[in-house]
Amino acid sequence: MNIIVCIKQVPAKDAPLAISGNWIKESDIGFEMNEPDSYALEEALRLKEKHGGEVIALSMGPERVKQTIKEALAKGADRAIHVADDNFHQLDPLGSARALAAAIQKEKCDLVLTGLQSDDHGFGQTGVLLAGLLNLPHATLIMSIEAAEGKMKLKRELEAGWFQWIECPLPAVLSIQSGINKVRYATLKGIMAAKKKEIATVTRESLGVSAEATQRVEKIYVPVKSKQTEFLTGSAKEVAAKLVEKLKFEARVI
Amino acid sequence: MKILVITEQRQGKWNSVSFETLVAAQQLAAKTSGSVSAVVLGKGVAPLAAELAAKNLAEVILAEHDLLDAYTPDGYCVALAQVLGSAKPDLVLFPHTYQVRDFAPKLAAGLNKGMIGDCIAVREDAGKLTFVRQMFQGKTAADVTFQGAGPWFASFQTGAFRADQLAAHPSGKAPVNSAAIDLKPEQIRTVPGELFREAKQAVDLTQAPIIVAVGRGIKAPENIAQAESLAKALGGELAASRPICDEGWLPMERQIGSSGQTVAPKLYLALGISGAIQHVVGMKGSRTIVAVNKDQNAPIFEIADYGVVADIFEIMPALTEALEKSKAS
Repeated sequence: MNIIVCIKQVPAKDAPLAISGNWIKESDIGFEMNEPDSYALEEALRLKEKHGGEVIALSMGPERVKQTIKEALAKGADRAIHVADDNFHQLDPLGSARALAAAIQKEKCDLVLTGLQSDDHGFGQTGVLLAGLLNLPHATLIMSIEAAEGKMKLKRELEAGWFQWIECPLPAVLSIQSGINKVRYATLKGIMAAKKKEIATVTRESLGVSAEATQRVEKIYVPVKSKQTEFLTGSAKEVAAKLVEKLKFEARVI
Repeated sequence: MKILVITEQRQGKWNSVSFETLVAAQQLAAKTSGSVSAVVLGKGVAPLAAELAAKNLAEVILAEHDLLDAYTPDGYCVALAQVLGSAKPDLVLFPHTYQVRDFAPKLAAGLNKGMIGDCIAVREDAGKLTFVRQMFQGKTAADVTFQGAGPWFASFQTGAFRADQLAAHPSGKAPVNSAAIDLKPEQIRTVPGELFREAKQAVDLTQAPIIVAVGRGIKAPENIAQAESLAKALGGELAASRPICDEGWLPMERQIGSSGQTVAPKLYLALGISGAIQHVVGMKGSRTIVAVNKDQNAPIFEIADYGVVADIFEIMPALTEALEKSKAS
């Protein structure tokens, strides 16, 4: 089974965000693999271990994205495609999906996996858009995949603790729900092996994808508070005493 | 502006976020001298369409077909493309549900249009719409606009509008018109099965008056015991945000948020929870919210009544001790 996993690189979870127009200042902050995508990568690696084939990591963005691609290769992806694009953070969901779909179309693959959403823009549309653009069946929020004889039995998560089994033919696009598996760490051997693995570089231009946007992020800003928060300060002991007092006599909830 | 709201039902029961989206549409229509129509999609859902007809709507479109009985992304996209083709709306609004996430972007892309998903507000200025959504897990808000001609597609997060503001029809009832849907079995490529729950939920967090919830800040499974002692001292239940349950540090049944339980206790104590929207939608109805987080910019403080910017590992034992002392006195 040949699998393409779409992996995004996003600002590190604890990175201090300095807003600049409709994006953030990228200098001085770290970047990492989008956590939801790490579950998709892990699922791809597990499927390959069970059914054979290859796992291709597909990632879009500026040069720094190579670091995340190398991490995917170190964890066990066989090769990678980098859609090099310094302006990636300005693309709308459809624009990104068009570029990724064009790159996927050049490959022979049975399954395309994405994460649930990205931790930066959080559009959460890539997988569903890829299915539309590639004219493939799809399913999202997948918590289990059993593949056999050209089709898959999938466990899909619904809201409020409900699930559903669905059947889906191959090839297909699946968006993986976070928590589906326990992601592996790269081993030293994996890191060494990754150095010899191929990273093919393409661009939106070489893929022949237009950049016409359907939507634009005008600006980003610190959200306006909806509630007046009373901040309690002091030593841990003082704060604890104040809080007990407040909860007892002001909020009257304990 | 002609606005079309795609409502959501499952097995003849409303997903009530649909009503919030209808309110959003009514408010936008009032500002743009526009109209709102609603679509009810499914099989045997005429009673739901009749119910909507009592609301202030220009039209209720009933899109029924045997193959729309159970939701499939293919079936919904084919059917709704036909509805949009004849209704010709300028703006199509959805409640931001898991189901909408599953098909709406594809429906929009099929028309070469984009969708602004997961919005929490919308502003209108001289006919130009600016949608507000969150980015960076709630750490920032973003103003987003459509580029190019409509129809435009957008979805609203739970709680963005108040369902009780839904306006009734001013004079009788809106017309219910059936849409002819041409849908063939071979157009639907996935086969949906029955819905089910995992092992019976042992804990019903919705009934707990006090909840102590932990997030990523708890760092390691062995630290959960500290939060548990605090929950015990408060006489409350222990809960968690999604990543903690994904890691298996607490069972899924203790998860609060869009994929877990929605709660509104009298006291919600959030420990090391940043406040991503997926968590916040599950607890923002709580009467009193206390947040402890070492990041003073954590979005959880936006909805907290009391905030403590500190290390939870210092606050948890101190608070447990203070509670026990207060009980003893």
